[in-house]
Amino acid sequence: MAKGFDIRRQTGFSTIAMACFVVLYLPIILLVVYSFNAGTSIAIWEGFSWRWYQTAWQNDQVQAATIRSLVIAAWAAGIATICAVLAALATTRQGSFRGYTFAFALINQPLMVPEIVTAVALLIFFAMIKVGTGYTGLFYLIIAHSAFCIPFAYMPIRARLQGMDLSLEQAAMDLYATPWQVFRRVTLPQLWPGILAGAMLAFVISLDDVVITEFVKSAGQDTLPTYMLGQLRRVVTPEVNAISTALLAISVILVIAFFFLSRTRK
Amino acid sequence: MIEIDTVSKVFTGRGAPFTALDEVSVTIRENEFFTLLGPSGCGKTTLLRVIAGFIAPTSGTLTLEGQNLVSLPPYRRPVNTVFQSYALFPHMTVAQNIAFGLEMLNKPRAEVKATVDEMLALVRMTEMAGRKTSEISGGQQQRVALARALAPRPKVLLLDEPLSALDFKLRKDMQLELKRLQSETGITFVFVTHDQEEALTMSDRIAVMNAGKIRQIGGPRDIYDHPAERFVADFIGDTNFLAVELLSVEGDQARVRLASGAEAQVRAPQDGMAPGSVTLAVRPEHASPGPVEGATLAGALENIVYFGTDTHFHVMLDDGTRFVLRQQNQPDQAQTHRTGDRVGVILSPGVGQVLRD
Repeated sequence: MAKGFDIRRQTGFSTIAMACFVVLYLPIILLVVYSFNAGTSIAIWEGFSWRWYQTAWQNDQVQAATIRSLVIAAWAAGIATICAVLAALATTRQGSFRGYTFAFALINQPLMVPEIVTAVALLIFFAMIKVGTGYTGLFYLIIAHSAFCIPFAYMPIRARLQGMDLSLEQAAMDLYATPWQVFRRVTLPQLWPGILAGAMLAFVISLDDVVITEFVKSAGQDTLPTYMLGQLRRVVTPEVNAISTALLAISVILVIAFFFLSRTRK
Repeated sequence: MIEIDTVSKVFTGRGAPFTALDEVSVTIRENEFFTLLGPSGCGKTTLLRVIAGFIAPTSGTLTLEGQNLVSLPPYRRPVNTVFQSYALFPHMTVAQNIAFGLEMLNKPRAEVKATVDEMLALVRMTEMAGRKTSEISGGQQQRVALARALAPRPKVLLLDEPLSALDFKLRKDMQLELKRLQSETGITFVFVTHDQEEALTMSDRIAVMNAGKIRQIGGPRDIYDHPAERFVADFIGDTNFLAVELLSVEGDQARVRLASGAEAQVRAPQDGMAPGSVTLAVRPEHASPGPVEGATLAGALENIVYFGTDTHFHVMLDDGTRFVLRQQNQPDQAQTHRTGDRVGVILSPGVGQVLRD
């Protein structure tokens, strides 16, 4: 091959590419478009209106579920990020230690175990605790979300730590900084973009979760996704589209912020 | 005074254990510009990092003014390092970088400020105090790294090939600068380099290292004129090696018989040596071309290479050994030798060093 292999010149390249884009984005575009539908159908266009956004905004259940989702996501992202920072420090700054591979696998376990298995396990485990303590609050959800958010927070933080110049920390130590001062004055200021990126990723992952939430939640603890799932079983109105579009907007904003944070100061 | 006594470091990883330092013993004096010189992988940086505290020795002891250093973490050792990559903190200004060590020592604010100003002046960076480290040139970063390491007034300053990233001209300037800083501050410098010229121009004493061992310690002249063994003679400068017969040793003088049959008076190795077959090292500039009659050695002139400051004569000796002579050029010098001529090699008495191996 004189010209080398150029995938863009292969037969059918543009067709397949277009097909992929259509399959990926057409449903989302339709979802967004129909969220502005004036009628009650999610398939028949009857004109533009903000009606379903207003309906969703004024719906007490949606409000409660939204607040619950945000509270859980904020807590989970916070806890997961702290754990992820500690885990990332241990796996990048300690050299290799006994059980390193095991620890690494343990941190990333939520990525590998089927979510439904974790969900069932948590359901049974938390049921036992609920019987024992009588506490049925939101913290079960927060703990569950924290657990599966850890690997998502861990990845960007670890990447940032691995990319950092080790000699900076050595230089600080050489200049009489104790390990804690090294972390406070040198490691942490450079780690911030990674920490923020990890926290945002964890936040979005938590906001989006259905399976584990569905199994772990007690009565009246619907988050936005589980509330929507419940709605779909009854009447489907463009209200669901409106809520989805709002969630999509939040995710897009966070992803863009994530992109810029991980790009700057490289 | 740093006393390093039979320090060894063996790295055990997945592969075979690697001995980076093999029972190294050396005493570094106060206010000394001491250089660790050797090829990459010889253990010089490992030794520096052992002194700094980043690497724990496998065995041996290390004391600074009688105080045992081995059990102290890096942040408790009165020793500062200038890193090869400078390792300036990118989120701090030049002044903040220099102040870092003083702040960690909990010095009063006024003293920190005064010392930072003094250091900035010392390395001529006063106007750059407020700049970010990414906004200054490589040579300036180098100065900041120096100032930062000197600011806490360490007893010893460790320098890990600090000039290797600079271009030729800047490197020459910084060599003089380092020498000036060392004499102005009176701090002991331990300098690591693989550049023999750098070592010769700056050091009070040099330790030549190879394969985890110190091969020779001495002043620049000592090391250059009287290398103890083949590795040192070969690593520093250019050397001709001649196979000779050692006839007798008297003090630091030795009599040898060369391959040509001529006898010569040369330097003996320090601890004396038994007569027999040995290697003689002769620096190219310590011999001169001349008439064949009465010359110590003779051969065919194979090549004449003009270098500007001097000319190199490549001679194929009668016994098949190649020998290079170096002669300093004078203006409008007449060409006395031609390629293909038979020439004599004249060794002045006392020139040449018998090697230990």
